[in-house]
Amino acid sequence: MTRDVAIVGFSQRQMKEFDGSPTCVELLVPIFQELWEQTGWTKTDIGFWCSGSSDYLAGRAFSFVSAVDAIGALPPVMESHVEMDAAWALYEAWVKIQTGLVDSALVYGFGKSSAGVLRRVLSLQMDPYTVTPLWADAVSLAAIQARAGLESGAFDESQMADVVARSMTDAASNDSAIRKGATTADDVLAQPLYADPLRRWDCAPVSDGASAMIITAADAPGFDKLKGNKAWITGFEHRVEPGALNSRDLKVSESTKSAGAAAGVDGVDLAELHAPFSHQELILKDALGLGDDVRINPSGGALTANPMFTAGLNRIGEAARQVWAGDSQRALAHATSGPALQQNLVLTMEARA
Amino acid sequence: MSHKLAAVIGVGQTHHRAKRGDVSMAGLLREAIDRAMTDAQVTFNDIDAIVIGKAPDLFEGVMMPELYLAEALGAPGKPLLRVHTAGSVGGSTAIVAASLVEAGIHERVLTVAFEKQSESNAMWALSVPVPFIMPVHAGAGGYFAPHVRSYIRRSGAPTHIGAIVAAKDRQNALKNPYAHLQNPDTTVESVLASQMLWDPIRYDETCPSSDGAIALVIASEDAVAKSDIKNPAWIHGTQMRSEPTTAAERDQVNPQAGRDASAALWKQAGIKSPIDEIDCAEIYVPFSWFEPMWLENLGFAEPGDGWKLTEAGETRIEGKIPVNMSGGVLSSNPIGASGMLRFGEAALQVMGEAGEHQVEGAKKALGHAYGGGSQFFAMWVVGADKPSH
Amino acid sequence: MTELGTLHAPLQVEFDYTRSLGPTLSGFMTGLKRRQILGGVLSDGTVAVPPPEYDGTTFAPITELRPVADVGVVQSWAWVPEPVAGQPLDKPFAFAQIVLDGADKALLHAVAVDSAADIQTGMRVRAVWADEPVGAITDIRWFEAEGDSPATTPGPEGDAIEGIISPVKLAYDYAASPEESKFFRGLADGKLIGQRCPVCEKVYVPPRGACPVDGVPTTDEVEVADHGTITTFCIVNVPFTGQQIPIPYVSAYVLLDGADIAFLHLILGIDAADVRMGLRVKAVWKPRDEWGTTIANISHFEPTGEPDADYETYKVHL
Repeated sequence: MTRDVAIVGFSQRQMKEFDGSPTCVELLVPIFQELWEQTGWTKTDIGFWCSGSSDYLAGRAFSFVSAVDAIGALPPVMESHVEMDAAWALYEAWVKIQTGLVDSALVYGFGKSSAGVLRRVLSLQMDPYTVTPLWADAVSLAAIQARAGLESGAFDESQMADVVARSMTDAASNDSAIRKGATTADDVLAQPLYADPLRRWDCAPVSDGASAMIITAADAPGFDKLKGNKAWITGFEHRVEPGALNSRDLKVSESTKSAGAAAGVDGVDLAELHAPFSHQELILKDALGLGDDVRINPSGGALTANPMFTAGLNRIGEAARQVWAGDSQRALAHATSGPALQQNLVLTMEARA
Repeated sequence: MSHKLAAVIGVGQTHHRAKRGDVSMAGLLREAIDRAMTDAQVTFNDIDAIVIGKAPDLFEGVMMPELYLAEALGAPGKPLLRVHTAGSVGGSTAIVAASLVEAGIHERVLTVAFEKQSESNAMWALSVPVPFIMPVHAGAGGYFAPHVRSYIRRSGAPTHIGAIVAAKDRQNALKNPYAHLQNPDTTVESVLASQMLWDPIRYDETCPSSDGAIALVIASEDAVAKSDIKNPAWIHGTQMRSEPTTAAERDQVNPQAGRDASAALWKQAGIKSPIDEIDCAEIYVPFSWFEPMWLENLGFAEPGDGWKLTEAGETRIEGKIPVNMSGGVLSSNPIGASGMLRFGEAALQVMGEAGEHQVEGAKKALGHAYGGGSQFFAMWVVGADKPSH
Repeated sequence: MTELGTLHAPLQVEFDYTRSLGPTLSGFMTGLKRRQILGGVLSDGTVAVPPPEYDGTTFAPITELRPVADVGVVQSWAWVPEPVAGQPLDKPFAFAQIVLDGADKALLHAVAVDSAADIQTGMRVRAVWADEPVGAITDIRWFEAEGDSPATTPGPEGDAIEGIISPVKLAYDYAASPEESKFFRGLADGKLIGQRCPVCEKVYVPPRGACPVDGVPTTDEVEVADHGTITTFCIVNVPFTGQQIPIPYVSAYVLLDGADIAFLHLILGIDAADVRMGLRVKAVWKPRDEWGTTIANISHFEPTGEPDADYETYKVHL
């Protein structure tokens, strides 16, 4: 028996380059402000705070520490941090609410990928003895995965181009998107190959950003005064795969499959999938068994903006917005982390009368 | 509301050393994990989820090392969380693991924390020069020394109190085969004679830099009942609090976050008088003076009086409130693991498995960790009996 | 109002990590030093290169290592059009998963070819070894098309490799927050510019992107004095890498007159042993032609000669 928890607020900023400190505290301040306006709550309504970010993205130890200032954390707050995408911070917060110790949480994530050379920094996620010394970069690893899928016939180039075209076209109406505009699959295929077999548009743009979300139990003291609609969490699961790339079948995503099965994907009409590379959306869709009637990434998804360490939370937020607006009755959101879809999280949510 | 009982059923730690040249990072972790799982009488098949914690990734030069460590952690196919809350991380990590059980989500969770400090140099990692700023305070000792001075001024404590703590913890470490420092000759006099590094902090009043890991297996009430474990450490309460690093008029000697966390913890655990009801405490003391400071912050003594407990010998293993029976952070400091070591040592005490540094008849124990600029606090109370309230 | 952008400066994060290996990786690296590639035998009997330390299914340690060839077949690959620093080649190349003869699971490494058209899945490639292997994955410089050259003969067995050194060098563009940028620019004019929080009205020096109590940016500019009171301090007597100030020296929290928070700086012009809480100090600025947008424009603080401040006036700042 889990406690009923709803997503009641979400705010974000995404941009190509954030001209500010690596702790992104200046980005978080207006985002939190928007959340108070959205929900009618103040910080005293929040029982638990949890964030996700990375020191290596910022280039310094303890980069998350100054971000706490955005909370205004005196009097002190109950607070935690994961060195992961903020989608997993949301998981920690949801668990905390399940224990009954707290009733509500504000979760935030931030990342300034533009401070360093992102694909090179991510080489540090590999085995430090046998892989990182080669500086195997994140784009190359995704390209190897794409080729494995292409050459096995799991998917083809035109399907990848369709993903790109649909994402960029959908993102046209998303103010937060970085790469966007009406695009056809032919437009995509006309682009030269970059990291063969990938084109630049197959790869998420390097993005900066921050985002935050409020979740609450239905029996929280401040629940009745909340403004706005709710998206009720119905399933929340995550799984990881081995670190050794050669022990995984890169054409499939076992961890997404098992997380999805545990979370329960039946009946979803919309999915926000965190696929920083076009072919990964195809792998994820397959792993989750999503039919063609399920709308994928109406926000444009990570291919149009992928602020590291918040992009996963953004998928959840974008799905929640669709539920709030009445455009989805039951939505799925997914977040990924690690090289070539190593770690995956699935959250399902629904509208209730 | 579905708060379920949870208990520590297995504790395992490495031998902590300045450099564990015999193992890789994965090997270091597994030494602790394998011991914890043996202690808990479980295998990886029995584990539902893994929660790992460590301090900054810059220490080992691996970004989110849990990703590459997945196999060593037995994590593939399971949920894996990575916590990072500065020096308090070991404590926070254990609390996140406990919450997975307390929420009724999992039956058995493996949690592990580590640091392999010999891969780099913590002083370097913590002092990467920030442009426009002039670095003057020189590492963690330089950061905390002014606040120790403030404590001495505020409390009027005699200047040898820190040496009493250091000598006691180093002597306690001799009773703990896993402790890094094993210096039988450390006395109050020898500590006072050691070099003044960050005045008022002397060399022997500082923690070492260690390689080490600790793992715990945390299980639900049902899982305990189904096991052959007869002496679990029941979790009576967990709390975390954070406040900003710097703020106008922030109390850096007796931070409000620590006071609030402990007050909430005692309430949660049904404890009215901590000094009378807690049998022993593992408190995060990386510089000796933090023992009296945290005794006050935690409510074991009134503000300004913590040093009197130390001076009177009440924090020795046979005292009224034994502190850091294992030798504490002053004797072993694998940073990311240090907080969980406090939590795990508290569990060992109430399990009756602390060996030579066992406090006779310990029934309730505190595990405590802090981090950042004395701003992140994590703590738990564990007991030999199930919570009664 | 036109705003200047924030201040930027390069930030280098650089360290040569010293990694101890443990038995499995030690075996693998020791093999590489003699130009021999060892795979690990997994629980299902297959051979993986490099040998994982722990089996991906049983999670048991991998203990059996088996020699494999240094030639093999490309299983999948990616073109690297813009190599980044540290990669095996500094001109475009391919990363590939290569199944070496005698192994089942692929090794990830570089393949040196002139263009993406010169590599394909199924291609046979051979390791190109460093002239003087040290026991590291980079002893294999890269792979190239197999050709007719004979197989490499492993050298004589040497001492076990127990550790490797892994340099990590990262370059970042560091930016100060807009509020800090104002402060640093003020310093370039010889001014100490703080800002008042619009909610709690405390004056922060440096100003803050978020008041840590109220979570809103500090706003109203307040120029504070370049003199103040030492609240507390530490005498630094520990030598460390990169140290620029001779020891012993005093680092102190200085509560500038007009500010509500102390900031850390260096105290000179007085014997370290004579520094005390409550001491009144003033900034000693470097010569004007050495000023930049940095706190280092103030060389240090030194005593003003005024009587010490009363403890009551600064005790809430400890």
